[in-house]
Amino acid sequence: MARKNLHDKRLAWIKTGVFFLALLPAIKLAIGACLDALGANPIEKITRTTGYWTLTLLWVSLTATPLRLLFKWNWPIRIRRMLGLFAFFYGSLHFLTYLILDQFFDWEAIAADIVKRPYITVGFPAFVLMIPLALTSTDRMIKRLGGKRWRWLHRLVYLSAIGGVVHYAWLVKKDLTNPLIFAVLLAVLFGIRILYRLIGATKPVFTPVKRKTSRTDKPTPKESRPV
Amino acid sequence: EKLATAKSSNFAAKEELTPYDKVTQYNNFYEFGTGKDDPAAYAGSLKTRPWTITIEGEVHKPMTFDIDQILKMAPLEERIYRLRCVEAWSMVVPWIGFPLAELIKRVEPTGKAKFVEFISLHDPEQMPGQRTSVLNWPYKEGLRIDEAMHPLTLLTVGLYGEVLPKQNGAPVRIVVPWKYGFKSAKSIVKIRLVENQPVSSWTQANPNEYGFYSNVNPEVDHARWSQAKERRIGEFFKRPTLPFNGYAEQVAQLYAGMDLKKYF
Repeated sequence: MARKNLHDKRLAWIKTGVFFLALLPAIKLAIGACLDALGANPIEKITRTTGYWTLTLLWVSLTATPLRLLFKWNWPIRIRRMLGLFAFFYGSLHFLTYLILDQFFDWEAIAADIVKRPYITVGFPAFVLMIPLALTSTDRMIKRLGGKRWRWLHRLVYLSAIGGVVHYAWLVKKDLTNPLIFAVLLAVLFGIRILYRLIGATKPVFTPVKRKTSRTDKPTPKESRPV
Repeated sequence: EKLATAKSSNFAAKEELTPYDKVTQYNNFYEFGTGKDDPAAYAGSLKTRPWTITIEGEVHKPMTFDIDQILKMAPLEERIYRLRCVEAWSMVVPWIGFPLAELIKRVEPTGKAKFVEFISLHDPEQMPGQRTSVLNWPYKEGLRIDEAMHPLTLLTVGLYGEVLPKQNGAPVRIVVPWKYGFKSAKSIVKIRLVENQPVSSWTQANPNEYGFYSNVNPEVDHARWSQAKERRIGEFFKRPTLPFNGYAEQVAQLYAGMDLKKYF
């Protein structure tokens, strides 16, 4: 079993590894684009790949709390910010692909899409909701907002995730397998949070603001985390 | 395997052909999976010989043809057509075949033959995508008899001068160039002439999104996306979609007086 708390050095290694892993899909797309190796419909390929990784990384970032609740692991929470920012990075690429490559700034068509196409009606706000989260992800912003308000704000990620998976389900022509896999995983991730909240076992263990002072992720008793 | 063609007609003049590798590697053929590259990856398991097509129903002479008889039935023509997918992308493909009417005439339809139903192969051993019930197998499509007899409707056995690649619907499919691509059934084993309008697989899957006619129409959106424009494979900017995929001159009279928003 993995250790509950990791030394900073080991964590730094994990962070570096996760950083490059999360960047890999973007690098592969960039190389594919340069070599014209993205298939017959490269714009569709880029749209799908960036959309897929937005959801995947968002989901991975949402596993940090369940891992803490289930196994008392604290270290995943320390790479959660990076995962969230990567999800936002892929979400931005996804949105820009739609804006530039797909519609090429055809604002009329974009406005019509947002109003008339249900999957874009939910997908657009799901992306927009990630913007304030990315902007307030710095240590300074966490301090400025205060832990409580910051946590409230960052609960928007739940809406973003729900919007994202509905967006996926509504755009596929027929084969719902992949959207359903994402939906089931999200239900599990939410379910664990709800279960622990119901049984009142949400122990406060980690606050991002205090990171610099608590080198070994000691529990900070005064504040509780959202579940 | 090369196919000799008697003549060539270009119904997409001034438009560039979509390269062979894109025509054969970007396909919707759910019998081999729902991904665009699944058909090219998995269609190898399809056995195209021996192959027969049975034509039955409201006909005086029901018949079963071997694929080799089909290939010799009428002079093979090259037909360059635009192909417009319901997903808002398009290609230009040099198909090889002959008018479906040639085949239908041979079985002598009765007065009750109002529609033509196409039934594709159902064999999960050869078609791994049929192991999931993403659509109701076998794949079924249908046309009105006058649509089926229209000279543009092509019984297709090849493309780019060769026999049809498996991922494109080998050994025999139809191509109806003024309708969305899914109307053109692939790997056909049975053709039935019937009195009542048949229900196609996609209509059965979602009647609000896929109607019986499914004529290419920029004015009538799909329930979840616009059909006003399309991306030609290989091009960056979208181009406007043309009514009846640019074949209005040839086919619009088939639908005179019909409300195309209602009969979508």
